[in-house]
Amino acid sequence: MADNSNDEVPETETNAAEGAYWRENIRLLVTLMSIWFICSFGAGILFRDWLDQFSIGGYPLGFWFAQQGSIYIFIALIFVYVIRMKKIERKFDLDD
Amino acid sequence: METQTLIYLFVGASFALYIGIAIWSRAGSTKEFYVAGGGVNPVVNGMATAADWMSAASFLSMAGLIAFMGYDASVYLMGWTGGFVMLALLLAPYLRKFGQFTVPDFIGTRYYSKTARVVAVICLIFISFTYIAGQMRGVGIVFSQFLQVDITMGVIIGMGIVFIYAVLGGMKGITYTQVAQYCVLITAYMVPAFFISFMLTDNPLPQLGLGSQLNDGSGTYVLQKLDNLLVELGFNQYTAGTKSTIDMFCITMALMVGTAGLPHVIVRFFTVPKASDARKSAGWALVFIALLYTTAPAIGAFGMYNFINQTNETEYAEADSWFKNWEGADLIAWQDKNEDGVMQYRAGNAFEGKPEFTGETGPSGERIVANAPNPDTANEVYVDRDIMVLANPEIANLPGWVVALMAAGGLAAALSTAAGLLLVISSSVSHDLLKSTFAPNISAKSELLAARAAATAAIVVAGYLGIYPPGWVAQVVAFAFGLAASSLFPAIFMGIFFKSMNKEGAIAGMISGLVFTFSYIVYFKLMAPDLNVAENWLFGISPEGIGVIGMLINFGIAIAVASVTAKTPLEIRKLVDSIRVPRGAGDAHAH
Repeated sequence: MADNSNDEVPETETNAAEGAYWRENIRLLVTLMSIWFICSFGAGILFRDWLDQFSIGGYPLGFWFAQQGSIYIFIALIFVYVIRMKKIERKFDLDD
Repeated sequence: METQTLIYLFVGASFALYIGIAIWSRAGSTKEFYVAGGGVNPVVNGMATAADWMSAASFLSMAGLIAFMGYDASVYLMGWTGGFVMLALLLAPYLRKFGQFTVPDFIGTRYYSKTARVVAVICLIFISFTYIAGQMRGVGIVFSQFLQVDITMGVIIGMGIVFIYAVLGGMKGITYTQVAQYCVLITAYMVPAFFISFMLTDNPLPQLGLGSQLNDGSGTYVLQKLDNLLVELGFNQYTAGTKSTIDMFCITMALMVGTAGLPHVIVRFFTVPKASDARKSAGWALVFIALLYTTAPAIGAFGMYNFINQTNETEYAEADSWFKNWEGADLIAWQDKNEDGVMQYRAGNAFEGKPEFTGETGPSGERIVANAPNPDTANEVYVDRDIMVLANPEIANLPGWVVALMAAGGLAAALSTAAGLLLVISSSVSHDLLKSTFAPNISAKSELLAARAAATAAIVVAGYLGIYPPGWVAQVVAFAFGLAASSLFPAIFMGIFFKSMNKEGAIAGMISGLVFTFSYIVYFKLMAPDLNVAENWLFGISPEGIGVIGMLINFGIAIAVASVTAKTPLEIRKLVDSIRVPRGAGDAHAH
């Protein structure tokens, strides 16, 4: 997901605002996708056994992440992205 | 009123509603047929996407899978929701900004090649038909359970209904019928769940009820109780898994990436006005989907708990009427191995395969099965997984109108997905194969006619696959995800994020990903099902999860080929720049 080095090649005629906008977008993407990975694959699968020693109500914690928690976090991630992207777009005057 | 009369009433009323909407929102132009005119509100589109997405498998089979698999079924819960994060963040806004009608449109234009477009159409048709076969089978099963017709007749009725709104209304008709179908299916799913959760835990919210204590005064939590019950009967603990970590990981990933690559889901994001609306819309879709997906684990666990309580160590003669009803529908069977007249439910199959009833009744009044008993287990009960949702209202003793609602909901789920799939097939044939590849001079009017003809043909093929299904519903669906993950997703992703990906790379990647995944699945599922065990799998990855390896192969080959072939032309680099910024998406449909 790393940015493409060709962005700097002048022939693509990427203007400065668009380049900066894209870099901020990629930074936000990497952050949110990391959370996405940690909550589902991390908490729900890889570290599930360790997390299961804790519990939320009657849910073992790892099991909760796998069957409930990660879904709530997914929703939150998308809406955070919607809001942050709107801000970034306005900042570079590229919004639709 | 009789439950059966109520079912006819509810199902009939919901069909009348869908057909009414289809006539009201009839498509007049190709743009309306392909992308509903491109002006759908993001919340409305989210709801339509949710209905499109949640299939007969989600509605009927998922809670059952969770009930019988416990923690292992988390792959479906995370996999089928996590893909929407990828869609919202990685694909949807850019595809909307690109502003064409179909997925092969994007691939064909971005990779400046008719070959790439045709390869994408082949991938798309492959994926859609494997998926739709399961849906039509689902339609047939629901009809036969609730309307007292056989499965073939059920499939044919379903084909007729889908024909009316998919062929007449195109994407526009489908969008608004799907909104109605979402409302029907989510009500049908939630109502019994509220009741059952409240009856067992005093908490009507199933999401919270599942983490609560049982209200039988024992003070034990639902999941704890279920763990104990299952272990006592010789099953695995409900909250512990049996799948290996690598397999859990790969299946979840394949389902996520597959979701993000499924063409009938992607095209739904072409119908909103702006690129930023595509992001919003993916968020709303996930909200509407999560309502059902966070409820399913509760239905599964409560269903299993009720099932064990009401069957195990219960005298057959004393069993509730639901048991006998569903025994009559071939979904439950009891073989009194120790001849004590009492049902024992234990781990293991009571007998080999599906029950074959002899037509006679035994000493307790049960339907006798001809299958040879399995001597390795004391289990006497055969139960079909789908029963957890279908029989839920009856198991919990809910009134007839809830059962009727359930029937309407199940049909809504299967029909909405079938319609969405039919549409991507027909638009690919008419738009990508005819208009863009083989007959570029075709008039808009003939293109619309071709789209309708293609939709009709697709319905006939889908109906045939529904009547003579290639496999069990959920199994066939898993196929589609692996193929989508290994073929379409990488091509679209690299089209947006790797400017130097060229046509040679993309085509080589798509073909190798598809061929690898397809052969692996066909080998283990169809050619050598006896060898389909963990020891024989590549890295211990089951056919359900192999799409991940297919995807990596696709990425690897594409990048390798692209690095030794010609650079992407300047105008394509400009195109990628333009889809990366949201400005100007509103008029993109004008061309």
